[in-house]
Amino acid sequence: MEITTHDFWTVVHGMGFGALFMLAFSGAIAELYHLSTGGASYQQSERDRMMLNLYLIAMVVLAWLTVFSGIYVVYPWYRAVPPAGTTDLSLFPRRLLLSSGKTSEWHNVGMEWKEHVAWLAPIAMTMVAYITMKYGRTIMRPRGMRTAVLGFVVAAFVATGVAGAFGAFLNKYAPVRGGSTIVLMEGE
Amino acid sequence: MSMPSTTDEIPNGSGAAAILGAGIGCGAIGILAFWGDASAGMNKALNIYNPSGALSGVTTFGIIIWLIAWFVLDRMWRGKTVEMMKVNVTSFALLAVGFLLTFPPFMDLLQGK
Repeated sequence: MEITTHDFWTVVHGMGFGALFMLAFSGAIAELYHLSTGGASYQQSERDRMMLNLYLIAMVVLAWLTVFSGIYVVYPWYRAVPPAGTTDLSLFPRRLLLSSGKTSEWHNVGMEWKEHVAWLAPIAMTMVAYITMKYGRTIMRPRGMRTAVLGFVVAAFVATGVAGAFGAFLNKYAPVRGGSTIVLMEGE
Repeated sequence: MSMPSTTDEIPNGSGAAAILGAGIGCGAIGILAFWGDASAGMNKALNIYNPSGALSGVTTFGIIIWLIAWFVLDRMWRGKTVEMMKVNVTSFALLAVGFLLTFPPFMDLLQGK
């Protein structure tokens, strides 16, 4: 069982950081909605508040790790330029996709949107975490603030969904390959 | 005797600054992405780390604009109460700019491609 270093970092970027960040949205949306619309009967202990803060901080860290590992680790491999005369483009995903009209739009639409829109998520979630930590349960009172917080959480979720979905498809049609081989297990 | 505190009594300025700052950051990412796509010169200027191309400049400058906007707005509004409706409308409009101007078919439409 082997994996190349490029494969490994692509998995860390997409599954280790990105998917974990995506999974965390359900909990964040539910808790923030509960926090902001719970009414006077909603009680939040100091421990609950601390856990929510830690949860949101973890989401913010995951969001930034996802986009930074994407742009500075995986993306340079994706857009690598093949030497003149190269006919096997399997190590050059961008060129591989653009080499055929049947796959070019995966780059022109999918990758071009994914690589930019993903950055809206960490910006939005940093704001959401800051406001939740600063105002806590009191964000339920001014309707405008809770509308913005919940709206930006949903926007971050959509941006992450777009980036994650296109990332999965792109890795299917033109996976990032190469680098040195890491042997995980030897078969019999 | 102190009365129970409600947020109506708590200045919302810092929160509003963070919200509008995030909107400005998202809008900046969209505008820079569109500008880099539409102009070869701007695309070259945004290429501050060659292996990642213009995306490196779009995101770096987008983050810088976001943080500066947040800092300046927070300095202006801290301890004050601001009209949240205007802040929200502007922030969501800028967020929509961020989504639309990063969507390639919309970019192409604006450029008449």
